Amino acid sequence: MILLTRKAEFSSAHYYWNEAWTEDENRRVFGRCANKNGHGHNYTLEVTVAGEVDPVSGFVVDLKELKEILEREVVSVYDHRHLNLEVAEFAAGTGMVPTTENIAIAIWERLEGKIPHAKLHRVRVYERSDLFADYYGER
Amino acid sequence: MTAGVATTAGPKAYLSRRYRLSASHRLHSEAYSAEENRAVYGKCNNPHGHGHNYAVEVTLGGPVHAETGMVCDLGDLDAFAQTNLLERFDKMNLNTLDEFREVVPTTENFTAEVYRIFQGFTGAKVVRVRIEETGNNSFEIGEEFERG
Repeated sequence: MILLTRKAEFSSAHYYWNEAWTEDENRRVFGRCANKNGHGHNYTLEVTVAGEVDPVSGFVVDLKELKEILEREVVSVYDHRHLNLEVAEFAAGTGMVPTTENIAIAIWERLEGKIPHAKLHRVRVYERSDLFADYYGER
Repeated sequence: MTAGVATTAGPKAYLSRRYRLSASHRLHSEAYSAEENRAVYGKCNNPHGHGHNYAVEVTLGGPVHAETGMVCDLGDLDAFAQTNLLERFDKMNLNTLDEFREVVPTTENFTAEVYRIFQGFTGAKVVRVRIEETGNNSFEIGEEFERG
Protein backbone atom coordinates (compact mmCIF):
# COMPACT_ATOMS: atom_id res chain seq x y z
CA MET A 1 0.00 0.00 0.00
CA ILE A 2 1.27 3.43 -0.97
CA LEU A 3 -0.15 6.78 0.04
CA LEU A 4 -0.04 9.49 -2.61
CA THR A 5 -0.84 13.16 -2.03
CA ARG A 6 -1.78 15.80 -4.55
CA LYS A 7 -2.11 19.49 -3.73
CA ALA A 8 -4.42 22.09 -5.21
CA GLU A 9 -5.19 25.68 -4.29
CA PHE A 10 -8.30 27.79 -4.32
CA SER A 11 -9.16 31.25 -3.06
CA SER A 12 -12.62 31.81 -1.66
CA ALA A 13 -14.71 34.12 0.48
CA HIS A 14 -16.86 33.03 3.40
CA TYR A 15 -18.39 34.05 6.72
CA TYR A 16 -19.66 32.08 9.70
CA TRP A 17 -23.32 32.33 10.60
CA ASN A 18 -25.85 30.00 12.19
CA GLU A 19 -29.36 31.01 11.13
CA ALA A 20 -30.87 29.38 14.21
CA TRP A 21 -29.05 31.83 16.48
CA THR A 22 -29.56 35.50 17.25
CA GLU A 23 -27.14 38.06 15.90
CA ASP A 24 -25.61 38.40 19.39
CA GLU A 25 -25.02 34.65 19.64
CA ASN A 26 -23.41 34.57 16.22
CA ARG A 27 -21.10 37.44 17.12
CA ARG A 28 -20.19 35.89 20.46
CA VAL A 29 -19.38 32.44 19.04
CA PHE A 30 -17.88 33.38 15.68
CA GLY A 31 -16.37 36.79 16.48
CA ARG A 32 -14.90 38.57 13.47
CA CYS A 33 -15.76 35.60 11.23
CA ALA A 34 -19.46 36.55 11.58
CA ASN A 35 -19.01 39.70 9.45
CA LYS A 36 -21.71 39.15 6.83
CA ASN A 37 -19.77 41.00 4.14
CA GLY A 38 -17.42 38.02 4.25
CA HIS A 39 -13.64 37.69 4.16
CA GLY A 40 -11.35 35.36 2.25
CA HIS A 41 -8.46 32.92 2.32
CA ASN A 42 -6.01 31.23 0.00
CA TYR A 43 -6.83 27.62 0.79
CA THR A 44 -4.47 24.76 0.12
CA LEU A 45 -6.03 21.36 -0.39
CA GLU A 46 -4.07 18.13 0.05
CA VAL A 47 -5.80 14.98 -1.08
CA THR A 48 -4.19 11.68 -0.07
CA VAL A 49 -5.20 8.45 -1.76
CA ALA A 50 -4.17 4.90 -0.85
CA GLY A 51 -3.62 2.09 -3.28
CA GLU A 52 -1.35 -0.54 -4.73
CA VAL A 53 1.30 0.27 -7.31
CA ASP A 54 0.27 -0.97 -10.75
CA PRO A 55 3.08 -3.34 -11.85
CA VAL A 56 2.99 -2.08 -15.43
CA SER A 57 2.56 1.71 -15.07
CA GLY A 58 4.32 1.99 -11.68
CA PHE A 59 1.50 4.35 -10.63
CA VAL A 60 -1.02 4.19 -7.79
CA VAL A 61 -3.16 6.63 -9.74
CA ASP A 62 -2.50 8.66 -12.84
CA LEU A 63 -1.54 12.05 -11.34
CA LYS A 64 -2.81 13.91 -14.37
CA GLU A 65 -6.19 12.25 -13.96
CA LEU A 66 -6.21 13.03 -10.21
CA LYS A 67 -5.37 16.66 -10.98
CA GLU A 68 -8.28 16.82 -13.43
CA ILE A 69 -10.67 15.28 -10.87
CA LEU A 70 -9.63 17.85 -8.22
CA GLU A 71 -10.04 20.64 -10.75
CA ARG A 72 -13.48 19.46 -11.89
CA GLU A 73 -14.96 18.44 -8.51
CA VAL A 74 -13.46 21.08 -6.21
CA VAL A 75 -11.35 23.90 -7.65
CA SER A 76 -13.76 24.88 -10.45
CA VAL A 77 -16.59 25.01 -7.88
CA TYR A 78 -14.79 26.78 -5.00
CA ASP A 79 -12.10 28.97 -6.58
CA HIS A 80 -12.89 32.70 -6.66
CA ARG A 81 -16.33 32.02 -5.25
CA HIS A 82 -18.19 33.02 -2.12
CA LEU A 83 -18.74 29.71 -0.33
CA ASN A 84 -21.91 30.80 1.51
CA LEU A 85 -23.52 32.36 -1.55
CA GLU A 86 -22.30 30.30 -4.50
CA VAL A 87 -21.55 26.76 -3.32
CA ALA A 88 -24.53 24.45 -2.84
CA GLU A 89 -23.37 22.57 0.28
CA PHE A 90 -22.91 25.79 2.27
CA ALA A 91 -25.97 27.67 1.00
CA ALA A 92 -28.56 29.22 3.31
CA GLY A 93 -30.84 26.51 4.71
CA THR A 94 -28.22 23.75 4.68
CA GLY A 95 -27.00 24.58 8.19
CA MET A 96 -23.42 23.90 7.03
CA VAL A 97 -21.10 26.66 8.26
CA PRO A 98 -18.09 26.84 5.87
CA THR A 99 -15.45 26.25 8.55
CA THR A 100 -12.18 24.55 7.65
CA GLU A 101 -13.52 21.33 9.20
CA ASN A 102 -16.73 21.42 7.13
CA ILE A 103 -14.83 22.31 3.94
CA ALA A 104 -12.67 19.19 4.46
CA ILE A 105 -15.81 17.07 4.99
CA ALA A 106 -17.54 18.60 1.94
CA ILE A 107 -14.50 17.96 -0.27
CA TRP A 108 -14.41 14.34 0.95
CA GLU A 109 -18.08 13.97 -0.05
CA ARG A 110 -17.34 15.48 -3.46
CA LEU A 111 -14.38 13.14 -4.12
CA GLU A 112 -15.47 9.86 -2.55
CA GLY A 113 -15.96 7.19 -5.17
CA LYS A 114 -14.64 9.37 -8.00
CA ILE A 115 -10.96 8.38 -7.94
CA PRO A 116 -10.33 5.23 -9.99
CA HIS A 117 -7.96 2.51 -8.72
CA ALA A 118 -7.38 4.12 -5.30
CA LYS A 119 -9.16 4.72 -2.02
CA LEU A 120 -9.59 8.20 -0.65
CA HIS A 121 -7.50 8.26 2.53
CA ARG A 122 -7.35 11.83 3.83
CA VAL A 123 -8.54 15.30 2.90
CA ARG A 124 -6.48 18.08 4.46
CA VAL A 125 -7.50 21.72 4.04
CA TYR A 126 -5.22 24.55 5.08
CA GLU A 127 -7.03 27.83 5.71
CA ARG A 128 -3.63 29.35 6.48
CA SER A 129 -0.24 27.80 7.07
CA ASP A 130 -0.92 27.75 10.83
CA LEU A 131 -4.42 26.23 10.71
CA PHE A 132 -5.64 23.11 8.95
CA ALA A 133 -8.28 20.40 9.23
CA ASP A 134 -8.03 16.69 8.40
CA TYR A 135 -10.92 14.37 7.55
CA TYR A 136 -10.58 10.61 7.15
CA GLY A 137 -14.24 9.88 6.36
CA GLU A 138 -15.12 9.02 9.99
CA ARG A 139 -18.84 9.63 10.41
CA MET B 1 -17.78 23.28 23.81
CA THR B 2 -18.81 26.89 23.30
CA ALA B 3 -20.29 28.37 26.44
CA GLY B 4 -24.04 28.83 26.44
CA VAL B 5 -24.68 27.18 23.07
CA ALA B 6 -26.18 23.71 22.69
CA THR B 7 -24.31 21.58 20.17
CA THR B 8 -24.88 18.34 18.28
CA ALA B 9 -21.99 16.02 17.41
CA GLY B 10 -21.34 15.35 13.71
CA PRO B 11 -18.60 13.54 11.73
CA LYS B 12 -15.17 13.25 13.34
CA ALA B 13 -12.41 15.51 12.08
CA TYR B 14 -9.01 16.72 13.22
CA LEU B 15 -8.01 20.35 13.57
CA SER B 16 -4.36 21.37 13.76
CA ARG B 17 -2.98 24.68 14.90
CA ARG B 18 0.66 25.81 14.77
CA TYR B 19 2.35 28.05 17.32
CA ARG B 20 5.85 29.45 17.16
CA LEU B 21 8.19 30.02 20.07
CA SER B 22 11.89 30.64 20.53
CA ALA B 23 13.85 29.14 23.39
CA SER B 24 17.36 28.08 24.30
CA HIS B 25 18.59 24.79 25.71
CA ARG B 26 21.69 22.78 26.43
CA LEU B 27 21.75 19.01 26.15
CA HIS B 28 23.64 17.72 29.14
CA SER B 29 23.02 14.75 31.44
CA GLU B 30 24.28 14.60 35.01
CA ALA B 31 24.48 10.83 34.53
CA TYR B 32 27.35 11.23 32.07
CA SER B 33 30.93 12.47 32.54
CA ALA B 34 31.97 15.69 30.78
CA GLU B 35 33.61 13.60 28.09
CA GLU B 36 30.56 11.36 27.65
CA ASN B 37 28.30 14.41 27.40
CA ARG B 38 30.46 15.81 24.61
CA ALA B 39 30.51 12.43 22.88
CA VAL B 40 26.71 11.94 23.10
CA TYR B 41 25.45 15.48 22.52
CA GLY B 42 28.26 17.00 20.43
CA LYS B 43 27.79 20.70 19.78
CA CYS B 44 24.44 20.64 21.61
CA ASN B 45 26.50 20.21 24.82
CA ASN B 46 28.05 23.70 24.49
CA PRO B 47 27.99 24.96 28.14
CA HIS B 48 26.45 28.29 27.17
CA GLY B 49 23.51 26.73 25.35
CA HIS B 50 22.00 27.54 21.96
CA GLY B 51 18.49 28.20 20.69
CA HIS B 52 15.81 27.30 18.18
CA ASN B 53 12.68 28.74 16.63
CA TYR B 54 10.32 25.91 17.50
CA ALA B 55 7.06 25.31 15.62
CA VAL B 56 4.55 23.50 17.83
CA GLU B 57 1.69 21.80 15.97
CA VAL B 58 -1.23 20.75 18.15
CA THR B 59 -3.90 18.41 16.71
CA LEU B 60 -7.36 18.05 18.21
CA GLY B 61 -9.69 15.22 17.28
CA GLY B 62 -13.41 15.10 17.82
CA PRO B 63 -16.88 15.50 16.37
CA VAL B 64 -17.59 18.56 14.26
CA HIS B 65 -20.41 20.30 16.10
CA ALA B 66 -23.35 20.77 13.75
CA GLU B 67 -24.22 24.27 14.96
CA THR B 68 -20.73 25.76 14.74
CA GLY B 69 -19.04 23.57 12.11
CA MET B 70 -16.10 23.33 14.49
CA VAL B 71 -14.19 20.69 16.47
CA CYS B 72 -13.41 23.30 19.11
CA ASP B 73 -13.44 27.02 19.60
CA LEU B 74 -10.16 28.35 18.21
CA GLY B 75 -10.24 31.34 20.55
CA ASP B 76 -10.34 28.99 23.55
CA LEU B 77 -7.43 26.96 22.14
CA ASP B 78 -5.35 30.07 21.41
CA ALA B 79 -6.02 31.41 24.91
CA PHE B 80 -4.95 28.08 26.44
CA ALA B 81 -1.81 28.03 24.27
CA GLN B 82 -0.98 31.63 25.18
CA THR B 83 -1.08 30.88 28.90
CA ASN B 84 0.24 27.33 28.99
CA LEU B 85 2.66 27.21 26.06
CA LEU B 86 3.85 30.63 24.92
CA GLU B 87 4.01 32.39 28.29
CA ARG B 88 5.77 29.39 29.84
CA PHE B 89 8.35 28.61 27.17
CA ASP B 90 8.77 31.48 24.67
CA LYS B 91 12.06 33.40 25.10
CA MET B 92 13.07 31.08 27.94
CA ASN B 93 16.08 28.90 28.66
CA LEU B 94 14.45 25.45 28.92
CA ASN B 95 17.19 24.15 31.26
CA THR B 96 16.19 26.68 33.93
CA LEU B 97 12.56 25.50 34.10
CA ASP B 98 11.17 23.05 36.68
CA GLU B 99 9.88 20.79 33.89
CA PHE B 100 13.47 20.02 32.84
CA ARG B 101 15.10 19.77 36.26
CA GLU B 102 15.07 15.97 36.07
CA VAL B 103 15.07 15.39 32.31
CA VAL B 104 17.29 16.69 29.51
CA PRO B 105 15.42 19.30 27.41
CA THR B 106 15.75 17.42 24.17
CA THR B 107 12.91 18.12 21.75
CA GLU B 108 11.64 14.57 22.44
CA ASN B 109 11.20 15.48 26.12
CA PHE B 110 9.86 18.93 25.24
CA THR B 111 7.25 17.35 22.95
CA ALA B 112 6.19 14.92 25.69
CA GLU B 113 5.84 17.83 28.15
CA VAL B 114 3.75 19.91 25.73
CA TYR B 115 1.52 16.88 25.02
CA ARG B 116 1.06 16.41 28.79
CA ILE B 117 0.19 20.10 29.23
CA PHE B 118 -2.40 20.08 26.42
CA GLN B 119 -4.22 17.12 27.99
CA GLY B 120 -5.50 19.85 30.34
CA PHE B 121 -7.34 21.60 27.49
CA THR B 122 -11.05 20.87 27.86
CA GLY B 123 -12.42 22.23 24.55
CA ALA B 124 -11.59 19.05 22.57
CA LYS B 125 -9.20 16.13 22.89
CA VAL B 126 -5.59 16.85 21.94
CA VAL B 127 -4.55 13.69 20.11
CA ARG B 128 -1.13 14.68 18.85
CA VAL B 129 1.65 17.19 19.37
CA ARG B 130 4.38 17.63 16.80
CA ILE B 131 7.32 19.97 17.31
CA GLU B 132 9.70 21.11 14.59
CA GLU B 133 13.03 22.00 16.18
CA THR B 134 14.43 23.14 12.83
CA GLY B 135 13.17 22.72 9.29
CA ASN B 136 14.98 19.37 9.24
CA ASN B 137 13.97 17.83 12.59
CA SER B 138 10.53 17.17 13.99
CA PHE B 139 9.18 15.05 16.83
CA GLU B 140 5.65 13.88 17.48
CA ILE B 141 3.71 12.14 20.20
CA GLY B 142 0.08 11.09 20.17
CA GLU B 143 -2.60 8.56 19.56
CA GLU B 144 -2.65 6.54 16.40
CA PHE B 145 -5.56 8.04 14.49
CA GLU B 146 -8.50 5.78 13.72
CA ARG B 147 -8.46 6.20 9.99
CA GLY B 148 -11.58 5.39 8.05
